[in-house]
Amino acid sequence: MIPPRLPPDPPNSGRLHPDRWIRILPEGVYVEPGGFYVDPVRPVERAVITHGHSDHARPGHDKVLATPGTLAIMRERLGEGAGAGRQPLAYGETIRIGDVTVRLVPAGHVLGSAQVVIEHGGSRIVLSGDYKRTHDRTCAPFEPVPCDVFVTEATFGLPVFRHPPDLGEIAKLLHSLRVFPERSHVVGVYALGKCQRLITLLRAAGYDRPVYLHGALMPICDLYRAQGVELGELRPATVAAKEDLKGAVVLAPPSAIADRWARRLADPVTAMASGWMRVRQRARQRGVELPLVISDHADWDELVQTLDDVGAPEVWVTHGREEALVHHATGRGIRARALALVGFEEEGA
Amino acid sequence: MKRFAELVDGLVFMPSRNGKMRLIADYAATTPDPDRGWALAALTGSLSFAEAKPAAIRQLAMERVDPVLFGWSYDYVGDLAETVALIWPERPERANSQPPSLTEVVDALRTARRAEVMGLIEGWLDSLDASGRFALLKLITGSLRVGVSARLAKTALAEWGGVEVDALEECWHGLTPPYEPLFAWLEGKAGPPEASAGAGFRPLMLATPLEEEDAAGLDPTAYRAEWKWDGIRVQLVSRGGEKRIYSRTGDDISGAFPDILDHMLFDAVLDGELLVARDGVVAPFNDLQQRLNRKSPTARMLQDFPAWVRLYDLLFDGGEDLRPLGFEERRARLEAWREANAPRRMDLSPLVPFASWGELADLRDGARAAGIEGLMLKRADSPYVSGRPKGPWFKWKRGALTLDCVMMYAQRGHGKRSSFYSDYTFGAWRGEELVPVGKAYSGFTDAELAELDRWVRNHTTRRYGPVREVSAGLVLEVAFDSVHRSTRHKSGLAMRFPRIHRIRWDKPPQEADRVETLEAMVVG
Repeated sequence: MIPPRLPPDPPNSGRLHPDRWIRILPEGVYVEPGGFYVDPVRPVERAVITHGHSDHARPGHDKVLATPGTLAIMRERLGEGAGAGRQPLAYGETIRIGDVTVRLVPAGHVLGSAQVVIEHGGSRIVLSGDYKRTHDRTCAPFEPVPCDVFVTEATFGLPVFRHPPDLGEIAKLLHSLRVFPERSHVVGVYALGKCQRLITLLRAAGYDRPVYLHGALMPICDLYRAQGVELGELRPATVAAKEDLKGAVVLAPPSAIADRWARRLADPVTAMASGWMRVRQRARQRGVELPLVISDHADWDELVQTLDDVGAPEVWVTHGREEALVHHATGRGIRARALALVGFEEEGA
Repeated sequence: MKRFAELVDGLVFMPSRNGKMRLIADYAATTPDPDRGWALAALTGSLSFAEAKPAAIRQLAMERVDPVLFGWSYDYVGDLAETVALIWPERPERANSQPPSLTEVVDALRTARRAEVMGLIEGWLDSLDASGRFALLKLITGSLRVGVSARLAKTALAEWGGVEVDALEECWHGLTPPYEPLFAWLEGKAGPPEASAGAGFRPLMLATPLEEEDAAGLDPTAYRAEWKWDGIRVQLVSRGGEKRIYSRTGDDISGAFPDILDHMLFDAVLDGELLVARDGVVAPFNDLQQRLNRKSPTARMLQDFPAWVRLYDLLFDGGEDLRPLGFEERRARLEAWREANAPRRMDLSPLVPFASWGELADLRDGARAAGIEGLMLKRADSPYVSGRPKGPWFKWKRGALTLDCVMMYAQRGHGKRSSFYSDYTFGAWRGEELVPVGKAYSGFTDAELAELDRWVRNHTTRRYGPVREVSAGLVLEVAFDSVHRSTRHKSGLAMRFPRIHRIRWDKPPQEADRVETLEAMVVG
């Protein structure tokens, strides 16, 4: 579908429409009067980063502004690539960059994740990055900010995507552990966010045994703990005896669950925690035996609810299934268009 | 409906056969009658509701959600039942309405008038959760597609009940859903249901492979020999006006072979080999493959690939059960029966006279005609019993052909092999180019698989999803039963039963065989 063309600004509104001062360049979303990009996909001079996932927080920028949590994650994941100048900005604080003011507001996606609230010329635009509305013990909850233009993702922008209650999904995992007490339960999780959320959900469901981790998952867990997130006892799976892994929960990156790494496990039940698990064929393609529909992205109902909550008369959709959300918004009398940004993957879905 | 939905979900995701059987047994053990019986009927394809058409279900969903969003969602999900199950708007009041049991659904659909059906379905969709909606829609549209054949469901129940699956098959066709007498028997509360007199499947008698050392100890005069035809084993059942064609595992394949069914104008149960044959001349297996791929053939296919049955045995002549008789007696009855009935599209598999094993071995090796896989040896006095007893019947396959091929692609396996590259496409040389000639995923040990997997990972040149292209460096000696012309493969050839015979780590790929060598092995 062709996105509706934006009508010109109403004359004499007295406000400068963000369309006039935000540009979509090959590097990403450019805030011209501030001289910075938000989540640029190529190295730039000044970048504001919404959160630490690798498709949003890329290496090689000169100056980076982000929440302290996101900066810590970038340092852990990117090392020197995290940016020469790193400026922390706490949630709720406002700073002025060039001709605009910038404020970071919790997005509820992963630890440190933020929406970027930018004001200029009497208008306010909110770039929400990736977000969800479901309660998550590992990060501050999403706060809706009323605005003139709301920029949203649409990873799960189809009405077939409805994430069921997360503790219900954890109950499925615990049930399987009871039915197959002799089998390791290996759960594919993204290293940043999903891994730690899954652990806190297990703990909230009363599971207090050690959780075993693939080596790639440990550093971010340590970082979360240092930021005050309780994760209980974690052990490295790589050095554990095969016997200990029987009936244990083992977390690993999705790429490892059906590959050589998983051969060390005792007759594993292959599980995967992702919003994509909602669609059976997706789960089967990945060889998943126990799909857990747990996502760090807004589902369809949350996307729709969020449009209502922020009350923006105009919505820009960055990535995902843009056309459906644009269609829905247009039907609700909201001006909407797809930005067709490239370079955003489905990490952390 | 909740337990049934859990079963369907479990089966959809369970990769292993044993796991599926465990889920089915667990369901039967924990679900009361008649729910479990209806579930079994659904799994074995014995339920159908003509009134619930996919188009009507789609229409129902479009009334609830934006048609444009529905269309995009359907494109994305690719399955109507799943799309509707996921997209159906949940209502907050659902907590108060009781979802229906499986039996309620089945009873209501069986008695509902046509005009009421969609209203019932709508009400159920409102009261079920997403898994329940999916199971409901799969149930009423008549194809569960959970990777469970009727045979597997029966095998699971037989194991759970501690009975032979063939004993279950014997009585199966006399039973109707919800199968209460069957479950009573499986739970030891009643005796076995009566064996069916109708057009049911009678489990086949199968042969064991003949090892060379076995032959020495066997008395040639006690055995009869016939050709082993390269088609698929079938059972033709025509009783009391009902006609069925069953595969070796008891699946009903009547619909695919109307050209045979039409000529079953007799009252008998026969064992034979289904082939494609033109005027009695057997076509290569590949021709039969064209027919096997289709549930209902087009007129064109019926003409191009006419089916034929080569008869091996007569199990029932009218109501008379001949199975207790010895093979030789049954053979005489079969010949007389054929004389009397002369069914079209069928002939007898001739006996092969021989005096010694040596003579028979020569006959076997000399037979390279299309459609012959080897020989069958049957004790003259053997009654027809189900299963695969060792001794009365042997199959004596022709020695395999072999070809040195070069591995070209490797694909990940499934289930336990999902971390291994275990399926190999291999090629032979044509000029300077390697041309794919087949694919194999068996014939090696677990230790060899680990080595092959390592080799693939170290020699990958490109990746296509689960497939890796490898450099031309490893020679696989491939064994196969025969080779035929085929338009499916670039080489124009297709191997029958290819398997890895040896891994030639020692052999340089340039010395592997050429396509011309394979072409010379084509028969028919």
